Amino acid sequence: MSATPMRMTYREACRQALRDALLADSRTFVMGEDVGKYGGCYAVTKGLLEEFGAARIVDTPLAENGFVGLGIGAAIAGLRPIVEIMTCNFSLLALDQILNNAATISHMSGGQFAVPLVIRMATGAGRQLAAQHSHSLEGWYAHIPGLKVLAPGTVEDARYMLAAALADPNPVLLFEHIVLYNVEGDLDPAVTAVDIEHARVRRPGSDLTLVTYGNSLPKCLAAADTLAHDGIEAEVLDLRVLRPLDSDTISRSVSRTRRCVVVDEGWKSGSISAEIAARLAEDAFFELDAPVRRVCGREVPVPYAAQLEEAALPQIPDIVATARALVRPH
Amino acid sequence: MADFLMPALGADMETGKVVQWLVKTGDRVKRGDVVAVVETHKGAIDVEIFLDGIIGDLAPLGEALPVGAVLAHVLEAGQEHVARDGTAAPAAPTHPSPAPAPGTAAVAGTRAKVSPAARHRAQSLGIAPDLLHGTGPDGTVTLSDVVLAAAQPTPLPAEAAPRRGFDAALMRQAIASAMSRSKREIPHYYLASTIDFGEAAAWLEAWNGDCAPEDRLLPAALLLKATAQALAKVPQLNGFYDKGAFRQGPGLHIGWAVALRGGGLVAPAIHDVDRKTMPELMSALRDLVQRARAGGLRSSELTDPTITVTSLGDRGAESVFGVIYPPQVAIVGFGRIAERPWVVDGRVVPRPALAASLAGDHRASDGHIGGLLLEAIDRALQVPEKL
Repeated sequence: MSATPMRMTYREACRQALRDALLADSRTFVMGEDVGKYGGCYAVTKGLLEEFGAARIVDTPLAENGFVGLGIGAAIAGLRPIVEIMTCNFSLLALDQILNNAATISHMSGGQFAVPLVIRMATGAGRQLAAQHSHSLEGWYAHIPGLKVLAPGTVEDARYMLAAALADPNPVLLFEHIVLYNVEGDLDPAVTAVDIEHARVRRPGSDLTLVTYGNSLPKCLAAADTLAHDGIEAEVLDLRVLRPLDSDTISRSVSRTRRCVVVDEGWKSGSISAEIAARLAEDAFFELDAPVRRVCGREVPVPYAAQLEEAALPQIPDIVATARALVRPH
Repeated sequence: MADFLMPALGADMETGKVVQWLVKTGDRVKRGDVVAVVETHKGAIDVEIFLDGIIGDLAPLGEALPVGAVLAHVLEAGQEHVARDGTAAPAAPTHPSPAPAPGTAAVAGTRAKVSPAARHRAQSLGIAPDLLHGTGPDGTVTLSDVVLAAAQPTPLPAEAAPRRGFDAALMRQAIASAMSRSKREIPHYYLASTIDFGEAAAWLEAWNGDCAPEDRLLPAALLLKATAQALAKVPQLNGFYDKGAFRQGPGLHIGWAVALRGGGLVAPAIHDVDRKTMPELMSALRDLVQRARAGGLRSSELTDPTITVTSLGDRGAESVFGVIYPPQVAIVGFGRIAERPWVVDGRVVPRPALAASLAGDHRASDGHIGGLLLEAIDRALQVPEKL
């Protein structure tokens, strides 16, 4: 039976993932600010209240620490909560619950209690939402043992990562990039699940590896197209999972291409990009033919003005120029 | 890492061409090894190296490179940073770009950029990666450079360009340039004296009487040795005038002027003349003359002379007044040895006489010193058994 690919937006993929989860398991419920009547601040939960009712689509007050704590309790008690935090900037209000409780309880209880909680949050910049709604904090969360941190960069991952996250006994954080919501992609009908363990090569190449995730993934793919015109074959590696980091796949790719550019919208200092560069230095030093380079967000609060916001983020020409300088003499 | 530079094979040399490498990348070299054949207006010269280590990044054959251009890199054992002699000519960063003009600061002691992958592979292949020509950004030696170097067959000496003979026109030009410079810059003074060669001639005859023809000594050997002995007493004439001051030569390396068939001349050094026995000196002289004419002079023989001796032999003129070869400060000339009336104990007797001359650089010495040298040569030739 030949299956035609289904085309949908990343937002629709997220919505269908939620709907699937709600249909599949009666223990599942969605909770967060404006997820019910308003349909979600990024319209991901639109229509779910009507379909599943207020007991499973729960609007909360503006009290992140409170409702994340509620989610943790529910998870320990046997439910499968999906908590939405409007943007990852606001998740800092719930950092106490996430770090001190969700991430530690299994450890502190000697494994007696699992916290099968999923927290979805919007991340990233590019829609002129200014410095309090635009940051990429997934790298911070990737610092914390006890959590799993996912960053879907494709429609397929947006569609299927949630199910894998719910099946995991650990607290899992899902970072959905705000620019990707409107991006369309094809879903292969043959694929009905994805893993949440491995990085994946999105474009094979031999001359260097662009290691990236989230909304920097389409930028890297576009940069690879440009580089290909110059005869530079860039491999694009989508991290997908920021914790635990798939060091093996990264090392394998870079050991083959021998050059690496890490592209991350997050700030450079003390970041996931720094972690990747450090691991390559540890694991693949003798395979490197050039220093690891990074194209990252400028170290400023993300500006509101469109041209400044654009300048503060990694852009395709930056990636192309960095890659080119790494491969070719000037 | 140190640079092996195109040597200045004389004051008159501006460029040279490497026509043959006698080593290959990765070879260990030591002081004094002949590593390349460089073609100059003095013919093909065997160029020696004065560095110890592993050589690589060899300059391409057949390209005219200026004096001071980097011909190769030498990775010195146990050293990453090497301070070169400040007087050495400057380095050029890569081939084939020409070296900057002499006088600019030398770029030495920087570590070659070798990627970890390249270094790792080179180690397993037994290649010295620091010596390879890097094609990566900033000249970084990359893995592919190592792989390529490993795949390249070792060039055989037979593939090298053949030695070429002298180009008479080029040599004429070079002599013109050096001698013009000498006469323009050096205020010469001239001294002459006639020396009784009788004792020396008798001693030679006695010595040669027992010898096979090929072992016989020629007067030239005595003249050289006598000059060396005299210079040991008058070192003010053995050395160089450089940057406004006289600098004594590091040894008694006497340049011996050799006229070449087809015109031109060259005055390569016989090293440490004072320390050679007479037979050693004679054989060194024969060898030198032969190589000067047939090709195969060594670079040190062209760069090291601390003074020049020109002797016209038995068919030449009665006397000769030389033109100093800069940056040397003196040239000793010997004319034809011929029977002359000589006064001994109030009686005129026939004696073999030798007209000796000295041209000195008046910036470095005065006539008095020059006179001492000629006198010392004379005295040395009167006791030939002590030569």
